[in-house]
Amino acid sequence: MIDVEEAARRIAAKGESKPRLARDPVNQAMVNNWVEALGDANPVYTDPEFAKNSVHGGLVAPPAMAQVWSMAGLHGARAADDPLGAMMSILDEAGYTSVVATNSEQTYHRYLRPGEHVSSSIRLEDVTGPKRTALGEGWFVTTRTIWRVGEEAVAEMVFRVLKFSPSARRETVPDTGAVLRPVVSRDTEFFWEGTRKGELRIQRWGGVLRHPPGPMPPDGDLTAEADYVVAEGTGTVYSYLVHHHPQVPGKKTPFVVALVELAEGVRVLGELVDADPESVYIGLPVEVTFLRVDDELTLPAWKVRA
Amino acid sequence: MTIAIGTELPELTIEATPTFVISTALATRDFQDVHHDRDAAISRGSKDIFVNILTDTGLVQRFVTDWAGPEALVRSIRIRLGVPCYAYDVLTFTGHVTEIDGDDAEIAVTAKGSLGDHVTGTVRVTLPGAGS
Repeated sequence: MIDVEEAARRIAAKGESKPRLARDPVNQAMVNNWVEALGDANPVYTDPEFAKNSVHGGLVAPPAMAQVWSMAGLHGARAADDPLGAMMSILDEAGYTSVVATNSEQTYHRYLRPGEHVSSSIRLEDVTGPKRTALGEGWFVTTRTIWRVGEEAVAEMVFRVLKFSPSARRETVPDTGAVLRPVVSRDTEFFWEGTRKGELRIQRWGGVLRHPPGPMPPDGDLTAEADYVVAEGTGTVYSYLVHHHPQVPGKKTPFVVALVELAEGVRVLGELVDADPESVYIGLPVEVTFLRVDDELTLPAWKVRA
Repeated sequence: MTIAIGTELPELTIEATPTFVISTALATRDFQDVHHDRDAAISRGSKDIFVNILTDTGLVQRFVTDWAGPEALVRSIRIRLGVPCYAYDVLTFTGHVTEIDGDDAEIAVTAKGSLGDHVTGTVRVTLPGAGS
């Protein structure tokens, strides 16, 4: 068992990595490539005359290029004393093998000029976990990179990655008995009794249908008595959503939940089963189907009408 | 320029064509294969090649200075990374002023693609003359 926190303390205690000099000094050719690719037309980066008369008094590099100068390059490798590399290895060993960047926070103390040569150092700031995330269980690893010209710090970056275990994300086979069960009340008992019998029952107050069922008619008449009609069971998708996350007991994501407008005029929610989320649309003709969970519970759902 | 809290920045739309994804990755010296090699990106579980983080930071900077002008000094760019921006997606940058302190201002920025928020963040800039 690897003690991640202990390893993090050990790595953090080593402090900053040795300054690593960028391959090239800040130079116009790399600035030109960058502004061309990103479409940045700011003349202080490329027009000497404009730059001379600007607040900068001469050409400067885009501040967001700070990290570009110190990138390791096509065949580059991390320095042996790079704390992020060391922490990644520890977490790999602990089974957290995947990585995704979550935050980049760059602070620019001043603009850089062509000819200046930056070096970079990294230190480990924080390791937090294990946390349960949408991607799986993992650790947030935060480092701080400091770019210097000589001794002067010119820019800094706080960089955070999530190092996670994709195994925790493995799809589990849905246990269809493990569904979220509805709360059955006096007002809704008839509805669930109906689904057990393969009937989609809609509450009726005199001439008015009400769904979901409630204790009184829409006009609030406390003396009214309700009965129900059995809906024909056909309708069209009035609205829908595709559920990706979080996981739901008994369901395999993604799945579609549709609000269906019945021929009778009321709207009823249910899962749209066996539907490719891409092929669902508003107005799609559907019909009711019943998903038996156990003796007590049968859920109404929708399927595409042939 | 005169600004106030709530001032909206003009939208910026970026078409993340494969050429854009690759040329920005290389211009930022990021040679990770997921940014230029579709087969490699797919074998690693991605839908396609996708925009790299250094480019996100650069685009956020461009979005703000396109509006603020060449005299603006960018002090910090803090971004939180959301859903990926795959090749062929289109990013829309929106933003507004959230804080003004003398000549300094803070801008909240969101870059949205077809999958949702790709980047959200804040940029601090000094706008000469804004506070006067």
